[in-house]
Amino acid sequence: MTGDRGNDAAEGAEDTRAASSGSTVRTGDHDGEDEQRPPLPPRPSLLQIDLATAPSASPKRPSLQAKPTTAISSVDIQTLSFPDGTRGTFSTPASRSVSESVSVSGASGGQSTPSRKGRNGSEFDDATSLMSYAPTLRANGDLASLLDEELSSQSPAWKLLSSQAESVNPFEKVDYEALSLVNFDHEFDEIEAVDQKGGNEEEVLLQWKSKLKHYLILSSAGKPIYSRHGDQNLINGYIGIIQTIISFFQGAKDPLMGFTAGKTRFVVSTDGPLYFVAISRLGESDAQLRAQLEALYMQILSTLTLPTLMQLFTNRPNTDLRRPLEGTETLLSSLADTFTRGSPSALLSALECLKIRKSQRHVINNTLLKARTEKLLYGLIVAGGRLVSVVRPKRHSLHPSDLQLIFNMLFEAGSVKAGGGENWIPVCLPGFNNRGYLYMYRPSTAHSTSREDEIAILLISADKESFFELKQMRDDVVKQLEKNGSMDIIKTAVREGRPSTTDVVPGTQLKHFLYKSRANVQFAMPSFLPHFGSLLARRRLMTLYHNLHASTHAKHSHLKVLHCVNRDSVSLAWTTPVFEFYCIAGPNASRSALAQGANKVVQWMKREEERVFIIGGAVF
Amino acid sequence: MAEATAPKPSSSVKLVLLGEAAVGKSSLVLRFVNNDFQENKEPTIGAAFLTQKCNLPTRTIKFEIWDTAGQERFASLAPMYYRNAQSALVVYDLTKPTSLIKAKHWVAELQRQASPGIVIALVGNKLDLTNEPSSSSNALGEDGDGEAADGEDADGDARKVSTAEAKSYAEEEGLLFFETSAKLGTNVTEVFTAIANAIPETSLKGARGPGAASGTTGRAEDQSRVNLTGPRDNASKEGCAC
Repeated sequence: MTGDRGNDAAEGAEDTRAASSGSTVRTGDHDGEDEQRPPLPPRPSLLQIDLATAPSASPKRPSLQAKPTTAISSVDIQTLSFPDGTRGTFSTPASRSVSESVSVSGASGGQSTPSRKGRNGSEFDDATSLMSYAPTLRANGDLASLLDEELSSQSPAWKLLSSQAESVNPFEKVDYEALSLVNFDHEFDEIEAVDQKGGNEEEVLLQWKSKLKHYLILSSAGKPIYSRHGDQNLINGYIGIIQTIISFFQGAKDPLMGFTAGKTRFVVSTDGPLYFVAISRLGESDAQLRAQLEALYMQILSTLTLPTLMQLFTNRPNTDLRRPLEGTETLLSSLADTFTRGSPSALLSALECLKIRKSQRHVINNTLLKARTEKLLYGLIVAGGRLVSVVRPKRHSLHPSDLQLIFNMLFEAGSVKAGGGENWIPVCLPGFNNRGYLYMYRPSTAHSTSREDEIAILLISADKESFFELKQMRDDVVKQLEKNGSMDIIKTAVREGRPSTTDVVPGTQLKHFLYKSRANVQFAMPSFLPHFGSLLARRRLMTLYHNLHASTHAKHSHLKVLHCVNRDSVSLAWTTPVFEFYCIAGPNASRSALAQGANKVVQWMKREEERVFIIGGAVF
Repeated sequence: MAEATAPKPSSSVKLVLLGEAAVGKSSLVLRFVNNDFQENKEPTIGAAFLTQKCNLPTRTIKFEIWDTAGQERFASLAPMYYRNAQSALVVYDLTKPTSLIKAKHWVAELQRQASPGIVIALVGNKLDLTNEPSSSSNALGEDGDGEAADGEDADGDARKVSTAEAKSYAEEEGLLFFETSAKLGTNVTEVFTAIANAIPETSLKGARGPGAASGTTGRAEDQSRVNLTGPRDNASKEGCAC
C-alpha cells in the first residue's frame, strides 16, 4: 500500500521516465498496456501550461480528460509536507527517500497512509475536470518513479500476472489483515447468560472478549447504564474498573480521551453525568468512534430530553438510569450494530435519498405542502430506507443525526414495526431541540414485508394532541400520491434499487463508491451487491472507507486526494469544498482507471444532482 | 364502509390499555386484532392505535384501541389516552406480583381521573406460564382455582398472583376480571366481548361521524378534531395502500 499524489502517475517504467523528464505528457489509457506504449509526445512547457486554462487545453488532448483530479499547482508544491513533518518538493532525493519509507510502512501496517496532496484547483476540477497542469505532471512523474521502485521490487512475473487480471474484485482473496475479522460473522450473536450455578462463566467471558466492538455507558457515579454485549453480572466488574480509570484522570483535571491496548482502541467520551466508552478492534479513528458515542448519547437524549437527564442526576447523583431508559436498550443496540456493521450514512453524517426525477419530486413536495396541517413541523416520505421528500418550516432544517435516530427507531429496531397499528411516538430530536419532545405519527406497516419495500410517511408535530390531524394529513397525502401517480414512481424507484457502478459509469473498474454532497448533507452510493453483499465483505469495505475518511479528515490535514494500494484493493479518496468522494476497485486496477472512474462518477453526480439529492425540499 | 351495509347498529368505543411494561398489552391487542402472537416482542414506544370490530348479537362495536407503552417515562402521557375513553384494559403479569400493584395504581388513577362510568377490565396475562389447564381459569374463574394454583408452585408453576387475590380485588372495585394468555389466545376475545357487552347502551354513539359529535359528553368535548375528520378517515383507510 502506498500514498500517492497523482492519479496521473504511471504504472510502468516508461511512463516514469517520460514523466520525470518533465517534458512529455502521457497519452492513452494505460490499462495494462504499459509495455507496448508508443513514445510519448512532448510535454508543453511549464510556462504555457500555467497560463493555459482547462477548457482551452482540453480539446487538444481529449485523452487527458480523466486525469486531472490530482492536479497540484506549483504553489502547492511548495507547501507539500509529509506526515512525519518533513516538507519539501518531490524533486529532491531527500523527499524521495521519505516518501519511499512512508510507502513501506504503509504496506506493512495495512493502514492507509496519509500522504499530503496539494490543494486542487477545485474550480477546474469541479467544473470541468478536464485538464492536468504541468507542475502536476512533474510532481507525479517524480512520485511515479518512487512508486515504480516499489513496484519493481515485485517480481516481473507478478507484474505480468497482475496485468492480465484487471478484473479481480476487491477482497476476493483472503487477506492476512482480514484475520482480525474472522469472527465478524458472530459479532452480533447473543452472549449466553452466566449460569448462576457457575460452570460456563469462563466460556461466556471468552465469548464476550471475542467481540470486536463494545460500547459501554455508565454514570459518573459508576452505575452501569448500557453495554452492547454481556449481561450485568458479566460487565459489572469492568464497569467498576473503567469508572476508576476515568475518574482518576478526571480528578487530575486531565480527562482521559482514549488509550490503546494491543490492537484494541478504547475511546472515552464524557457528556455531563454520563461516561461513554467505545472499545474497538475494527480500526476506526478516535474521531469516528467519538461520533458513534455521540450518537448513542443523542439516542439517550431522544428518550429522556436533556433537562430530564440533568434533573435525574442533580437530584440523585447515583441514579440508576436503566430504569428511566427501560425498553430502549434495543434502540441503543441497533444503533451500535449499525456502526459495527458499518454505515455510510453514519460515517459521512449525511442522508441518502431515493433517486427520482426532479419534476417527480416536485410533485411529491407539492402534495405534501398542499395537505399540510397547521400542526405539522416536519414531514418525511421514506422509501426503502431512503428519503424521498421532506417538508419543513423555512427556519428549521432537519439534522442528519436526528434523522439517523428516527431511521434507527423505525427501521432498524423492530419495536415500532412489530405490533402493527399506527404509532404515536414522543421523541426528542436533539439536533432540533434537546429540551422537549416532538410527536411522530407513524402509519401502520401492515402491508409491507420488509424495510426495503416500505414506503413510510412520517409526520412530526410539536403538539402531542395532534395525532388525528396528522393521521388525516397522512391519509390525504397517500390518496393524492396514489392519484397523481407518485406512489407508483416511488415504488418503481425502490424496486429498481441502487444502481451498480457500471450503471453509473459503463465499463468502469470501480466496484463501489461514496459521494457526499457537502452543501446538501446528502450522499449517494451504488448497490453493495454483488461484491459487498456479505456481512464480512461489507465490513471490510466500510473499514476501508473509514480509513480513507480518517486520513482525509485528520486534524490539520490538508489532504485532498488519497490513493491507497492494498494487497486486495485499490482505493481513492478525494475531497473538495463541494464534495467528498471515496471509491474502491480491485487490486489490479490501475491508478488511471481509478481516477478516470472517479471523474466519471463525479461528472455523473453533477449531471444527476437534482435527481440524486433533495435540493431545498418542500419549505413552508 | 362496512358498517354502513350491516343491518346492526354500529358504534365506536375508545379503549385504552394500561399496565406495567412487558406484561403483554401489545400482545393481547395483537391477538385480538390480528389473531397473531410474537415471541420476544420489542417494547412499544409511545402508543399504538388500532381498531377492531366486535360483533354482538344486537350491535357492532368498533373498538378504537390505544395500546400504551408501559415504561415509567410514558406515564405522564397516559391521561391523553384514557381521557374520554369508555373502556380500559388494565393488564398485569400473573407471574409478577409488582405488576398487580402497578395495575391497582392505574385502576385508582382511572377511577379518579377518567370519565365516570368507564368500563375497566383487570386482566392477568401470561396464563400459559402456569401449570393449570387453561380451561379451568375461564372468564371470571372459579374461586377455587386460585388456591389450587398456589399449591402448584412446586411443579415449576410460574404463577405468583393467585386468581383469588386478583379476583377479590376486582370485585371490590367493580372491575371485570379475566386471566388470559395472549400466546395461546385463551380468553382474549372474551375480554373484549365482555367489555363491549358492559358498555352501557346510553354511552354509545351511533355510527361514526355525525353521530360521534352527539355522543358521550366527554368525547364531544375534547376530540372535536377527531370527529370532524372521522368520516373521511374511514373512507381513506380502505383506499390506503401502504
